[in-house]
Amino acid sequence: MTARALINAPKTARKGDIIEIRAMIAHKMETGYRQGPNGQMIPRDIINRFVCTYGGAEIFSADLFPAVSANPFIAFSTVATESGTITFAWTGDDGQTQTATAEIAVN
Amino acid sequence: MSGPTSIRLARRDLIFGAGAGLVVLTLPRAVLARPTLDDAIRGFTGGKALNDGRVKLDIPPLLENGNAVGVTIDVESPMTAEDHVRRIALFNEKNPQADIAIFHLGPRSGRARVSSRIRLATSQTVVAIAELTDGSFWSSRASVIVTLAACIEDLS
Repeated sequence: MTARALINAPKTARKGDIIEIRAMIAHKMETGYRQGPNGQMIPRDIINRFVCTYGGAEIFSADLFPAVSANPFIAFSTVATESGTITFAWTGDDGQTQTATAEIAVN
Repeated sequence: MSGPTSIRLARRDLIFGAGAGLVVLTLPRAVLARPTLDDAIRGFTGGKALNDGRVKLDIPPLLENGNAVGVTIDVESPMTAEDHVRRIALFNEKNPQADIAIFHLGPRSGRARVSSRIRLATSQTVVAIAELTDGSFWSSRASVIVTLAACIEDLS
C-alpha cells in the first residue's frame, strides 16, 4: 500500500492550544456490496483502522466501516503539549499499514 | 397415462423448489442479515439507556449524492482527565451495514469534535452516540434525504 496521504496540521502552536488536525488518505474503500460488470460481487477492501500518536502516545483512533467514503477523511482535535512528531497510521483489510508524520513546534 | 403428467409435475415442483431455495439464499444476505439500527446501537451501548442532548450531529438534511456526505459531531464536554468523551459512534438506518465509524477520544483531545465523510445508500436516519467517562451514553439523530444513492450501484 503506497497511497498518497494528506495531513493538515499547524506547524507551530502555543502550549495548551487546542489544534485541529485533518488527515486524508487515497483509498477506494471498496464496500464489498457492489457488483462488477461480470455480476460477481467485488470483494471488500477498506481502511478499517486509523491511529494518531503525538509524542509517542495515542491521542486519537478510529474504527472505520464500509460506510466511510472513498479517500477517508477524518478531522479531530488535540492539545498542543510539546514540540515533536505527530504520527498517523492507516491499516487496511489486507493488514498493511501506511504511516505519515507531521512536525509541530510548541512554545 | 398418468405417468408423464406426474413426471412433469415432479419436475415443476423441483423447479419451484429450487427457485424458492434461491430466494431464501439470496434475500437474507441483502435484507435480513443486516441488524436493525436499534440492534446496532444496543451492541455499542451494551443495552444502557440513551440520553438526549449534549451531542450535536451536523449533517446536510438534503443531498443530491450520498457518496461523500460531510458530517461533524460535536459533544459538550470539558474533556478533562476525569470527565471526557471516550467514544463517538455513528450508525445508519438503511445502508447494507449499520456501522459507519467509531472514534476513540481522550483528555488530550481538548475538545470533542470529529468530522468525516460518509456514504448513505438512501434517505434515512443517521445517529451519533457519545460515551462519557461516567458510563453514560448521549445521542442525537438526523434525517437525511438522498436523491442519488451510494454503496449499492452497479459498475456495469
